[in-house]
Amino acid sequence: MAEINEEFVRALLTLNRLAAKRIMAEASGALTPLEIAEGMIVRALEWIGQGWQRGDVALSQVYMSGRICEELMDELLPPGAPDRKNQPPIAIATLEDYHLLGKRIVYSVLRAGGFDLKDYGRMTVDEAVRQTVEDRLQVLLISALMLPSALHVRNLVLRLKSACPGVKVVVGGAPFLFDSMLWREVGAHAMGRSASEAAGIIEKITGGAR
Amino acid sequence: MTSTAMTSLQRVLTTLGHNEPDRVPLFLLSTLHGAKELGLSIRDYFAEAENVAEGQIWLRAKYGHDCLYSFFYAPVEIEAWGGEVIFRDDGPPNSGLPFISDPEQILGLKPPEIEKIPCLAKVLRTTEMMKARVGDDCPIIGVVMSPFSLPVMQMGFDRYLDLMAERPEHFARLMQVNEAFCAAWANAQLRAGATAICYFDPISSPTIIPPDLYRRTGFAIAKRTLARIQGPTATHLASGRALAILGDIAQTGTAAVGVSALEDLTKIKSACRGKLTILGNLNGIEMRRWSAAETEALVRRAITQAGPGGGFILSDNHGEIPWQVPDEVLFAIAEATRRWGVYPVQESGSHGR
Repeated sequence: MAEINEEFVRALLTLNRLAAKRIMAEASGALTPLEIAEGMIVRALEWIGQGWQRGDVALSQVYMSGRICEELMDELLPPGAPDRKNQPPIAIATLEDYHLLGKRIVYSVLRAGGFDLKDYGRMTVDEAVRQTVEDRLQVLLISALMLPSALHVRNLVLRLKSACPGVKVVVGGAPFLFDSMLWREVGAHAMGRSASEAAGIIEKITGGAR
Repeated sequence: MTSTAMTSLQRVLTTLGHNEPDRVPLFLLSTLHGAKELGLSIRDYFAEAENVAEGQIWLRAKYGHDCLYSFFYAPVEIEAWGGEVIFRDDGPPNSGLPFISDPEQILGLKPPEIEKIPCLAKVLRTTEMMKARVGDDCPIIGVVMSPFSLPVMQMGFDRYLDLMAERPEHFARLMQVNEAFCAAWANAQLRAGATAICYFDPISSPTIIPPDLYRRTGFAIAKRTLARIQGPTATHLASGRALAILGDIAQTGTAAVGVSALEDLTKIKSACRGKLTILGNLNGIEMRRWSAAETEALVRRAITQAGPGGGFILSDNHGEIPWQVPDEVLFAIAEATRRWGVYPVQESGSHGR
């Protein structure tokens, strides 16, 4: 596994876009875009995510780091580039939850890691089921801040079992952090404790597809 | 133990003075359970000032806790600015689409005039009704969103973080307008009969922004705003971590701090002793499925960790108990507080969980 580039992490945590861009440009000569994504960006964002779980890094830093990395990756590997497409169909949504920052962070972090995914925005359970079937998703990520929204995942999972049996539902957000048993209670297939865990979870539950 | 039971207000004032009252005060900060008691939907419950006053008084009679909570829902302030509020059947109302869609709007923003805004007038009427019913026996806790945290609903969380990082002049202007509104709204509630104001400031938590950024932003804003509020205040970080900034919070002029279930209450107590009263820190999300035995053990643990010497009010860690928490758990919390919260309480480490 690649070493963490501490200088890159420092640049992200201090929101220093220029330094982050310079460090990535220096690395891009020797590595492919996907190698940069997996070896440098994902590792840095994982470190930052673990820091957030410990309480050493703030959510604003997680968000801005994801945004910076997403922008840098878009330059290296534009949206729709062939390398981004070798992966299962993925989407992210909130369920009747008007708090969208968590979803935005996960979206940025995954895109920064070289994934392409659809952002469904805020949806009802009915809409999420319909869209999942239509897009033949393999992974549906649900971000929640409100407890009632987290509890709606139970209904979503039940509905998807018959409508789209292969899809995996991955959840994350405050209710799942405050109650570590909640994700199992609502029938989710996995739970991420921070945005940076999303890539690893997707790879694990799809058998390493990428 | 004192031989005569104190009133709720005496109990709370004693603990705020960092002395031991007759027992640990309990705040069951539920905004929604009153609707269940009155057999109303959440939307209908909040439609009338009388409902909320009646609901709160009913809840206090039922559980015997130590405050009335005149808080309706966080986006009541957004409604006041002309924003949208979205009700749901199983949880607190949310704010809808942010009403600041372009940072340039901030330059022309003016704070709403409290008296002319029906939703705020309704909260004030509720406060007046509560005061008429309980007089000086029980504290009435009013709520404001901090000027620093309100923009999450005014413009959206991501765009607010972008603004803070990239548009310092617009950020300063927004804080100026929000500070004026926050102080006016708090003072109107105090005039209506609120005993103290809970200053909700989740964005200041180290969970959301780094402590050094807090010291340059939320801290200075709180210091200025709390100085303009003409009554006692408690700062609440709404489940966010507090430990790294407790020393700073103590300097903002606030009397108490709402702390997270994610942090060690013993460490919090050590940092707050004699400076800040602790409000917390029962896990409101887990609470939904606690058994009676778990509830008793968790209440007892919190009391032994933070109760000695006073300076502690037992409550949930978010400032809002979820609608899904059953009555049995609330009864068990109240009962365990009466059983284990009588002073002198056991010190932490003198019993197992």
